[in-house]
This record gives sequence, C-alpha cells and structure tokens, in this order.
Amino acid sequence: MAAAAGEVRLIGGWPSPFVLRARVALNLKGVEYEFLQEKFGEKSELLLRSNPVYKKVPVLLHHDKPVCESMIIVEYVDAAWAKSGQAILPADPYERALHRFWAVYIDDKWFPSMFGIAKAQTEEAKAESVEQAWAALKLLEEAFEKLSKGKAFFGGGTIGYVDIALGAYLGWAKVIEQMAGLKLFDEEKTPLLAVWAERFCAHEAVKEVMPETEKLMEFAKMLRGK
Amino acid sequence: MAEGENKGLVLLDFWVSPFGQRCRIALAEKGVEYEYREENLRDKSPLLLKSNPVHKKIPVLIHDGKPVCESLIIVQYIDEAWPDRAPLLPADSYARAQARFWADLVDKKMYESGTKLWKLKGEAQEEAKKEFIEILKLLEGELGDKKYFGGDTFGLVDIALVPFTAWFYSYEACANLSAEKEAPKLVPWVKRCRERESVSKSLPDPLKVYEFVCFLKKVYGIE
Repeated sequence: MAAAAGEVRLIGGWPSPFVLRARVALNLKGVEYEFLQEKFGEKSELLLRSNPVYKKVPVLLHHDKPVCESMIIVEYVDAAWAKSGQAILPADPYERALHRFWAVYIDDKWFPSMFGIAKAQTEEAKAESVEQAWAALKLLEEAFEKLSKGKAFFGGGTIGYVDIALGAYLGWAKVIEQMAGLKLFDEEKTPLLAVWAERFCAHEAVKEVMPETEKLMEFAKMLRGK
Repeated sequence: MAEGENKGLVLLDFWVSPFGQRCRIALAEKGVEYEYREENLRDKSPLLLKSNPVHKKIPVLIHDGKPVCESLIIVQYIDEAWPDRAPLLPADSYARAQARFWADLVDKKMYESGTKLWKLKGEAQEEAKKEFIEILKLLEGELGDKKYFGGDTFGLVDIALVPFTAWFYSYEACANLSAEKEAPKLVPWVKRCRERESVSKSLPDPLKVYEFVCFLKKVYGIE
C-alpha cells in the first residue's frame, strides 16, 4: 500500500534488532516508508527531537508524529494499518495477553542472557549465560507449541507479535553462535524453534531487512575494537 | 469468552504491591466482581506457582481458570475483555501508542528508582534521589495541565503510576525526598485520582506502607 511521500518514516540503524522489528511489521502490512539510517556514533537532530526521553532508535514517524519503543511501534503499525495484510496480534483478548507476555519475556529474560554470552569476561560467566539462554529457549519452545497450534509461526499461519519479538534477534544470535562456538537454536534442544528460525529468516517480510551475519560480525568486531 | 461474563475471576495479589493495585483499580473501574486472594510471598500457593510458573510472581488474574500475568498486560486484558464500559485506553491508535509508552516508562523507572530510595544510603542514595526527581519531573511535564495523563479520561498511565503515590510518604521518611515539592503539578492529579473510588479503595494507607518498608529494612539489615 503506497504511502504518500513522507507519510511514513522510520529512524533506525541497520544492525539494530529493535529497528528490525519495526521494519518487519511495516513490511507485513505492505507499508511504504522512508528509512532514515542514523550515522553510527552520532544522533541526528530529528532523532533527539522525536525521542527526547530515550534518544534511541527505532522511532516511527507517521505524519511526522513519533512512536517510540519497538514493540509499541509493532502494535501501532498493526492498529494503524488494520485493514492491510494479516493481523499481527490476535483478536482474542486472552491470546493477546499471552503474546504480550512472551514478548516481554523475550526482552527481559532471553535478550539479557544472549547478550550476556557476548559480554562474558570469564569462561564461567559465559557458561552461566549459555545455560540461562538455553533455559529461556526451552520455555519459548513450549510457548511456540502452545501458541502456534501446529502451524508455522507463534502467530499461527502468519508472522505474529511474538515471532517479530524473537525473530529480530536471530541475526545477532548467529553472530554469538559463531563467536562463542556453540548453537543457541539447537535442533536437539529446541527442534521446533530451530525450524522456526530458518522459516522466519526466509520470510518475504524479513529476508530483505535481516542483516547478513558477515556484516554483523564485522560490525561486532568494530564495536569490540573501540 | 462471553462479554460481561465474570464468573471465576480470581486475583492473586499482595496487599502492598503497586503492581497488584493496578489490577484492582482496573477491575474496579470496570465494575467487575472478583475474588481477591492474598498471597504469602514467603510461602507461595500452589495455585500461584501453577498460574505463573515462569516468574512465580503476583499479580496474576485468573479468568475462568486461565491465568494472565504481568500487571500492565493484565490491565490491558481487563480493558479488552470488558470493552463495553469505562475504556482504560483511548480509541485512537496513536493515543494508545502514547499511553503504552508512558505506562512502560513508569514500569521501567518508578519501582527500581523508588526502591533505591529506601534501600541505599549516603552517596548512592543521593544519586538515587537525583534519578527519582528526574523521573518525577518527566512525568510532571507529560501530565502538563491535563486532568489525567490521557486527557479527560482516567486510563492506563494513571493506573500504572498512581499506586506509587502511596509510597511518597516512605520516600520522604527514608530519603528526605518530598515528591510533592519536587513535582508540584502532580499533586492535583494525585488528589483527583484518589477521589475515584477505584483508587481510594485499592491503595493502601501510606503509613502502613511505611511500616512495611521499615520491616523490609530490618530484614535487609538496613539502618
């Protein structure tokens, strides 16, 4: 669905999983938007003006009105373009509560443990983070079974709210897997999620915007070098 | 789930929890009957452990046997399950995004920052005070001259924030921080909220909160 020029803009950075969430949501709804890539190390005037509280990406500008925080943007996109594409959140209030619960879990528990693997200074600390990450994925595997109801995604037949929440981290998960020499989305430990991960990355709405692992690795090395 | 059906509504809660109070306020705003169950957090009930196996925390709202966890998720669930009355979120999707943003900010900042005020001492406490005042001023700025955070209608952000006002007395007693002095524009808003029965019935006596804080300080060995 073509948007009028300047109607929809997204301030972001290509490596950010949070920005990726917004992009996938917009793609799912077929919304045309202008991607305003922030310069690394510098925050634009527009960003600072649009997100004065956190000064972070992503920020969605719809008719110049800012929406901040990735999952809030996803929910906004779902509502603002309710007539386009498939629903991102389910219609039933209880199902919605479940999706919201797991999205919060993914950010509060899964992300810190995954990130903890990268940050770990000692082998011990790394091992602990790995255990935590696997434990979180086990819970997410169970959640997938319940929410997907035998279909391809957490959202059922199509990519939904929880898919976006978790899927956005897949690029960085691959980087961490390579750097740490282990498998996070392990076919043996979490078979359903291992398949889901491939499926998510291959999806129409995702594949063009999911950053390539090699590029992320380079970016990560550059960050470490700093 | 049929609209208006409220048989089998149970709220697992703990009297002083601002997160539990959010749920009580939302249920009261909707005029929905429910069974309140006080949990002993040192001896959690089998029902709590079964209903929230991931976090094992209150509040949990159990509706016809199905548990909903996380206070702001519960409040939104209550709003969506009883859509025919007292909307807690605005109709406009942009306004809803704003409400969620500010409720999320309260979630991210108030509890942690507030807790530091009575847990820490000396330099660390002074830092915590600065941080807390910043948050109050931010919220004050967002409220502006509006009746409630969402405008004319009491809603999600008010519900997210108002339970923490019962802790203002404790913050003053423990950290010599007067929220009323630091963010005077919030004062009429607090008064307005407390005039709502849903709020006045759900919030604890600030003195009782202070007693609880003192008890916790003893437990943690804080002077």
